[in-house]
Order: sequence, then C-alpha cells, then structure tokens
Amino acid sequence: MRMIRAFVPGALLLCLLMGLAPMAQAQEDAVQGQALLEALDALSYDAKAEAIEAIIVSGDERSRRWLDELLGGKLQRHKDTGRFVIVLENRGRNWPVVDALTFEDAGEMSRRDLNDIGINNALRGQLQSALAVLDLYRDDADDRRDAARELLGSVDASMVEPLREVITTEDDAEVRRLLEQGLAIHRLNEGDIDAIAELEGSLNGRVRAALNSAARSDDTLVADAASAALVDIEQKLRLNSGLETLYFGLSLGSVLVLAAIGLAITFGVMGVINMAHGELIMLGAYTTWAMQQLLPGQPGLALVLSIPAGFLVAALAGIAIERSVIQFLKGRPLETLLATFGVSLILQQLVRTVISPQNRTVVSPDWMSGSLMINEGLSLTLNRLFVLGFSLVVFACLMLVMSRTRLGLEVRAVTQNRAMARSMGIRATRVDIMTFALGAGVAGLAGVALSQLTNVGPNLGQNYIIDSFMVVVFGGVGNLWGTLVAGLSLGVINQVIEPWVGAVLAKIIVLVFIILFIQKRPRGLFPQKGRAAEG
Amino acid sequence: MWLMQPFNEGATRLFLGVLLACLALVTVLHLAVPAGHPLHVSAYTVTLLGKYLSYALLAVAVDLVWGYLGILSLGHGAFFALGGYAMGMYLMRQIGDRGTYGDPILPDFMVFLNWDSLPWYWLGFDMPWFAFLMVLLVPGTLALVFGFLAFRSRVTGVYLSIITQAMTFALLLAFFRNEMGFGGNNGLTDFRELLGFDLRTDTTRLGLFLATGLALAMGYVLCRAIVASKLGRVSVACRDAEARTRFLGYRVERFQLFVFVVSAMLAGVAGALYVPQVGIINPSEFSPIFSIEIVLWVALGGRGTLYGAVIGALLVNYAKTVFTGVMPDAWLFALGGMFVLVTVFLPKGVAGLLAYRFKGHRNDPLSSDTTKEASA
Repeated sequence: MRMIRAFVPGALLLCLLMGLAPMAQAQEDAVQGQALLEALDALSYDAKAEAIEAIIVSGDERSRRWLDELLGGKLQRHKDTGRFVIVLENRGRNWPVVDALTFEDAGEMSRRDLNDIGINNALRGQLQSALAVLDLYRDDADDRRDAARELLGSVDASMVEPLREVITTEDDAEVRRLLEQGLAIHRLNEGDIDAIAELEGSLNGRVRAALNSAARSDDTLVADAASAALVDIEQKLRLNSGLETLYFGLSLGSVLVLAAIGLAITFGVMGVINMAHGELIMLGAYTTWAMQQLLPGQPGLALVLSIPAGFLVAALAGIAIERSVIQFLKGRPLETLLATFGVSLILQQLVRTVISPQNRTVVSPDWMSGSLMINEGLSLTLNRLFVLGFSLVVFACLMLVMSRTRLGLEVRAVTQNRAMARSMGIRATRVDIMTFALGAGVAGLAGVALSQLTNVGPNLGQNYIIDSFMVVVFGGVGNLWGTLVAGLSLGVINQVIEPWVGAVLAKIIVLVFIILFIQKRPRGLFPQKGRAAEG
Repeated sequence: MWLMQPFNEGATRLFLGVLLACLALVTVLHLAVPAGHPLHVSAYTVTLLGKYLSYALLAVAVDLVWGYLGILSLGHGAFFALGGYAMGMYLMRQIGDRGTYGDPILPDFMVFLNWDSLPWYWLGFDMPWFAFLMVLLVPGTLALVFGFLAFRSRVTGVYLSIITQAMTFALLLAFFRNEMGFGGNNGLTDFRELLGFDLRTDTTRLGLFLATGLALAMGYVLCRAIVASKLGRVSVACRDAEARTRFLGYRVERFQLFVFVVSAMLAGVAGALYVPQVGIINPSEFSPIFSIEIVLWVALGGRGTLYGAVIGALLVNYAKTVFTGVMPDAWLFALGGMFVLVTVFLPKGVAGLLAYRFKGHRNDPLSSDTTKEASA
C-alpha cells in the first residue's frame, strides 16, 4: 500500500517537470514507451504498481492518456504481436483501436486477439488519486475543481508538501478551498483537533465520512469535536433537503398555476366551464414540437418563437370553440361542460390521427439543461427554474391585462353586470371572444412550458384538466391571486407529503383534502365579495 | 301504495311492456331458433345486450339525480364500479382452490403479492347475501357521506360536478395501487360461478340477461314512483329553484341526500349485474371519462324522462360497439361530435323528439322545463 501511495508525489513531480521543462519531452521515443508499457503487463499487482510509478516519473507526455485508458480497461495488448493498443469502442466482434505509442489509427482488431491489462481495486483507487493530481494542472478551472474534489480523503503524508506548493500557485479560490479541506482531512486522520474547525459546515460526503470516523476515534477530545461538527452539518443538510422539497413543490406548483391560470379566466371570470382546456395546453406543446421540426438544430430559437406561436395557435382554437359551441350555450354551465368535453375528445383524436398516437420528443436547448448549484448539497435544475420564472411572468402579465387595460376593464364590467355593460356601449359578444381567446392563449403558453418538463402526447391535456379545476376551485373562482396561491401551495403540500406516502397516495390525499375543503368553504380560499358573489 | 302508482301511468306501462316484450323476444330467438338461422340470437349477443341493459340501469340512476334533482354527477361511475367490485369480490371468493395457485382462500393476485391472509375488508364476501348487501351499502354509504358533506354546505352546480369528478379520480388512483388489495391494475377476473351456476354456460348468460332486464324494470318503476311522489315534486322544485324551495320551508339537503343515495345504490346494482356478464372489473370503470360518458347517454336520450336515459344508453353503446369494430379511430370523433351536437341542437334529446312527434307540444309537466338551469 505504501509503495503504491508513492505514485502521487511522483505525479506531482511529473507535473512540475511538464510545467517547467518542456524540452525534456522531445527525446521520448517509441522504444522507451514500449518498455514502460511492457512493464505494465506483469503478472503480480506489485509489479504493476511499480510499472505505473515508472510511467509517472518518466515524464512521458503520453502517460496521462495511458493511465486514463488503463483505468478504463481500454489499454490492451495484442496476443500475437505484443503490440499495445487503445480500444476506442468495445462493442461488437471487432473493435476499432489506435496504437498506444503513437495514438495513430490502427484499424480494427478482433476482440479474441486482445488481452486487457488487469488492475485491482487498490490500484484503481490510487490511479484515480494520481490522475487527480495530474488534473490539478489542467487549464480549465472546472477540471481542477473536480480533481481537487477527487483528492478529498485520499491525501497522505507524502502529498502534503507538494499540495501546499500547488495551493500557493493556484488562483481559483474554490480549488484552494477544496485542497485545504483535503489537507485538513489528512491532519484530522493524524489526530489534529484543529483540523475540525476547517471542516465545519462542509456538505461534502467525504468530509462527513472523515468526521464520522474521527467521531469514533479513541481520543475523546477529537471525537467530541467531530461529533459537534457533524451535528452542525446534519442540521445544514436537513435545511438543504427542506429547501429542495420547497423548490420541487414550487416547481410543481408553478406548473399547476400555469395550467390553471387560463382556466381561471374562462371559468372564473367568464363562468364558462371549458373541459377542452387541457387540449389547448396540448396544442401549445405540439406547437413547440412543430416549431422545432421547422427549425432543426436550433432548439433555443424554436422555443423562444414557440411562445408567441403557442399563444396564437391556442387562442385561435379557443376562438373557434367559442364561436362554434360555447356562444350557443350561454347561461347553461352544465351543458357547456358536456359540449366542451366533446370538443376535447375530438381534439385528442385529431392529434392522434394527424400526428401520431405516440409521444413526441421536444428537445431542451443547452441553456435550459443542467442545474444551478447553490452549494454542495443543493442544486436547482435549470428547466424547472425557467418554468417557475415563466409562470410568474405570465401571471404578472395577466394581472396587468386584467387591471390596467381597456380589455380587462371591459371583461370585469361584462362579468359583473352584462346588461348594464352593454347599455354602456360595451360590445359584450366581442368581449366574450377576446376573453376566451386570452384564456385559451395562456393555456397554449402553459403547453409551451410543459413541453420542457413532460412528454408531449395526445393525453398531455387530460392529465392536467382535473388538477387545473381543483386549483381554480380551491383558490376561489374569479380570483387570479387565489389561483396563484392555491397552485403553489398545492404543489408544495404534494411534495411535502410525497416522501412519506408515495406519489400516488400523495395525489389522492390532496384530492380528498380539496373535496373536504370545498365542503368547508364552498367558494374557495379567496371568495368573491359583493355583487359578483351572488348568483 | 306509492310504489304501485307508476303502473297507473300509460307511459310507464308502455315502457315496461316494450322492455318485457324485448326480453321475451330475445329469449325465444336464442332458445327456440336453431343456430345458423339468420334470426338466431347468439349467446355472445345475449351477453352484449345484458351489458347494455346494465348500462341502461346506470343511466336511469344518473337521470334520477340530473334530470329530477338538477345535480350533474360526474362521479356515478364510481358507484357503479364499487357495486361491481363488491360483486367481483364475491365471485373471486367463489373461485376457491381452482385458481392458478390453488390457494383455497386467497385470490390469485394476493398469493402473487405474497400476502398470507385475507385483509379484513374481504371477510364475509364468500357469503352471497353479505356480498349482495354490500353491493347496495358500499355505494350507498359513500354517497351518504359525500352527499351529506356536500349538500349540507350547499355545494351545488358546477362545483358539485367538479368535486364528484375529483372523487372518482381519487378512487381511480387508489384502486390502481396493488396495496389496496383489489388486484391493482388488473382488477378482479377469472370468475367461475355465481350462486352455483357456471358463468360460462349459455343458460347462465341468458339468466343474467333476464335478471338485468328485470332489475332495469324494477329500477325504472322505483324511480318513476319516486319522481311521481310528493318527494319527487319537491326534488324537481329543488332543481328549478333551490333557494325558493328552501324559503318555502323544505329541508332541501335532505331531499337531495335521499335521492342521491338511492341513485348511487341503483348504480351499484347496475355494476354488480355488469361484472359477471363482462367477466372482469378493473379500475378503468372509475375513470372520469366513463362517468362523463354516462351523462352523455342521458343527455342524448333526453334528460328528465327516465325512459330517455334507457334509449340513450342503448343507442350510444350500440354505436360504440359498431364503431370500435369497424373503424376504431373514428369512435372518439363520433363520441365528441355527439356531445357537441346533442347539447347544442338537441337539448331535450331523443325523448324530446319523440314527445314532439307523438304528442305535439303537450309535454309531461315534469320534463317541460328540463333545460332551464336553476343556476345563473
């Protein structure tokens, strides 16, 4: 074990050589490389360890790739010719390979003719440390951070001095911090109680492992200090997981708000039950898909263009529904419900017949994938963050439209007293069309956002219609703020109880909760007051 | 006696006469006409007709609450399915040790899940009287609790429709879970015999068909008796002007609750008759779309007439059988189209057309005002 550990200072030495004296590498030739690799193909693991060390101290610039490929099992040797090759892809019968000495293409070789150079777990662990040290010299700061993270918990006495050197020259603060932590873990393992202070508050799993083992040590002083630090860390972790649940809850809630907010306009403000609302969401999602088919290779641009396009498509569909069905059923909400349910069936089947019954994939642009790392215990996925922001923006815009524009004023007037509004010169029929188009268009926007989170298929809308109605009814009909509060809180409630009871039961509990809530407050969280409440 | 009252009505006697004549005709054509003859009714068709009749009973139950009480329930499929599950549990227990795993007590799916004893709620279902009682009591109790909460706090109109839909959706999700002990996704199936009769023989099928027909007749008479009684008149008053009825001193919620519970029980009976004929009960009967479909049957046939509900159920389901056989893709188009066309152009349904054709404008006073909603 000790001997294998010796790689790491060797690797540091190599890096210094590579950094300081590049001219040494010119003399390398195939003979020396072949000799170094020959030594690797030894029978005993001790001999292999020595050969690896030899490769590291040789200063050969190819050594990094050799060690990498050795770790991945891709460094192999031809049985008959003894030639060393690197396998590019080990699928099928014949594998494409490159020469291990020149890295030039060497055609394909049958997998039967190749022998791999085996390593055991001890070698693997030490190779990883050695590679991490090599990586500390890479140009990209992210690579250096990963390398420093890899070194946590595997620093030993021989590495302390070289790592100090690295810290003095390193200009990235995060890398420095991680390396200091690595050194602190080493000192903690040696029984240094002061090291605990440096490790306090870190959420890294390896730091916790080191503290855990220190907490079990014989030195009671160290053990107590480590336990105290651990309690602190556990608390932080709990806070983090609480924040994560809250984030997922808000994310789910924002989806509910997006899906329901259009309904809040058509149902809440106009009093029209639109069971085809889910299908309008679906149309928005399919618009995104179609836009991406039209602009292949530019998913980001397509997504941005889908926002107005999805709004328009869904709004036009909404106008068509209003003109063809809903206007004939004024004042008969239950009949409207049935008729629009029929429309939803037709739209679903239309998508199945015209496009496909299968789900379609909508690509996420690069700037929406990945996640935003808050700290080592908490990272927020970017697409959910975007949808959360998007739903808030849509909500704010709708509030503005309803409270600050002529249309909003007319809508409110027609809602409160249709006859009076008409006698004041408001064209109620036109207001009906515009309001319904607005609600439908917002459903389309919800579809555009949902296409980034779920599968786009003919059943997309069905999955959201009941939830959307629940949100609107829970929040209080005719109240956009109620919809926002209801959506977000239902999302959070769902996520909070989900770990205990599972996803399906959580949904059932939420549904039963709403059913009971409506008995208690039939008009929702924020009931309408005044004349609008009557009727 | 109020229950005999409907037999004095011409329309009810006509309906019962036609129904019984059809039952007799199908029986004769099935038994007396040899197979291969063009007029022969096969056992398959008999079972299919039996299924339609159980749907018709369900539609009558929905019409009772929607047509005469003004409550649009989008959750009657739940009562139907619960009745079906109660019957299914009895049929499962009758399988005994003839299942794949040969366990004398546990149904196959429980053996598969490694359960070692029956859950408490399965106890007693090996006795037919208990199971048949549960067919009535389980949906009835759910309706009682749900209705008590909802009507007491005056949840009506669209709100009530939406929470009934949420109720059936929650039950759908619940019954999909294997842990519930109702067979999860697959439901209950592989039934063998009912009261000692082998379910696979033609005579049992004919018997089930006739039993369903008689249940429909009795359910129809019961509903007719209810709507013709003073209670029925009050419930129509609730439908047309709930607040005014309350101000006249009637406890509206009690009338609503009574009719709602009766309707749920009828739906449960329909489910119990449906299950042995189709041979399976699974959570899909809880799906909200099924419950809305039932409402369409009633709307198409003609709301608030009872016989219209029967006509609608038979017509739509016959169309469904034909469409899904010939061109399955077109069925949803046809169904969706029917929803739109019936509500927009045919608010009184087929029954309205018939009444217009045969009686001129002299409509039944109870059904004259069905399309006018009490709510604004």
